Amino acid sequence: MHELSIALSIIEGASQEALSRGAAQVHAVHLKLGALSGVVKDALLFSYGLACEGTALEGSKLVIEDIPVTVYCSTCDAEKTLDSIQRFCCPSCGTLTPDIVSGKQLELVAIEITEENEDIEKRTETGQPAGIAL
Amino acid sequence: MNTQPRLVEVRQNVLKQNDLLARSLRQQFEEAGVFVVSLVSSPGAGKTTLLEKTLTRLRETGCQVAALVGDLATENDAARLARSQAPVRQIITGTVCHLDAEMVQHSLDGWELRDLDCLFIENVGNLVCPSSYDLGEDLRLVLMSVTEGEDKPLKYPTIFNTADVAVITKMDLAEAVEFDLSGALNSINSVRPGMEVLELSAKTGEGLDQYLRFLELRVISKTSMAAKN
Repeated sequence: MHELSIALSIIEGASQEALSRGAAQVHAVHLKLGALSGVVKDALLFSYGLACEGTALEGSKLVIEDIPVTVYCSTCDAEKTLDSIQRFCCPSCGTLTPDIVSGKQLELVAIEITEENEDIEKRTETGQPAGIAL
Repeated sequence: MNTQPRLVEVRQNVLKQNDLLARSLRQQFEEAGVFVVSLVSSPGAGKTTLLEKTLTRLRETGCQVAALVGDLATENDAARLARSQAPVRQIITGTVCHLDAEMVQHSLDGWELRDLDCLFIENVGNLVCPSSYDLGEDLRLVLMSVTEGEDKPLKYPTIFNTADVAVITKMDLAEAVEFDLSGALNSINSVRPGMEVLELSAKTGEGLDQYLRFLELRVISKTSMAAKN
């Protein structure tokens, strides 16, 4: 179970990006998760909720896009998507292939933010600094 | 105030920090001409026993070896490996179920890598979490023992896909536990077609010569490359 440390890495990366963009709020974090990433989706979603508490990303949603394993089949001379990660063979012709094209991703793709674009006067009135605190 | 959320592209690997550190480690190992092997397996598959034999036998051939060994709590493994007389350091991970590049970097502190030919890194016994973390190694061995069942690779395809070579251990027990070798080989080939497989028993020495020769060739190839540079 290393999903909690993965969740912390996601939060760190997303927070840094949000800070550099002067974001007021992070609404969602988009992630690509390969079937061969070694990370369990449900465990990651659970860990993310916990790990966000008390951070600038509290209340944000983790949106995960599952990426299947794609291999290159030399017989078909084409990229094919595996039916199962237990069987590395071409779903069309059955040739065994270890040649992974895609499916190991653990990638922070994007963040959904609201940017702080109030004018300076208004911020000064409330005494609140711009951007989010980390 | 603009309240409409905006999608901002980031596109970065979540484990970027680990990957950067692993790249730096790989470069240090390259410059020092040290061949680095990591071992992963489930708990009890025989990593420490195999490593103890490996360190002892390689030292006898004049190969300068050292080992880092990861464990959740105890220093027992380092004590066992120290019997080989090779320099050994324990990495106690606490509650962390895997080694990462930062732990490896810290543990190397004070060691002169140039004096080594081969460094072994024994990961925490776990077939899931270590698959996500690059340690800068040249070769990753995944061990499975005959007592674990032939379908282990089918249950943990990811770790078999991050490893370079599979080692089937405790072959001396194969008959007693009615281990189906061809079934195990089929499982490995199904999740990683063409993967090299070595079969051995660290206890009886069966298959150990072939395994050591395989390692020696890889060590020589790397150290001679470094000598040329």
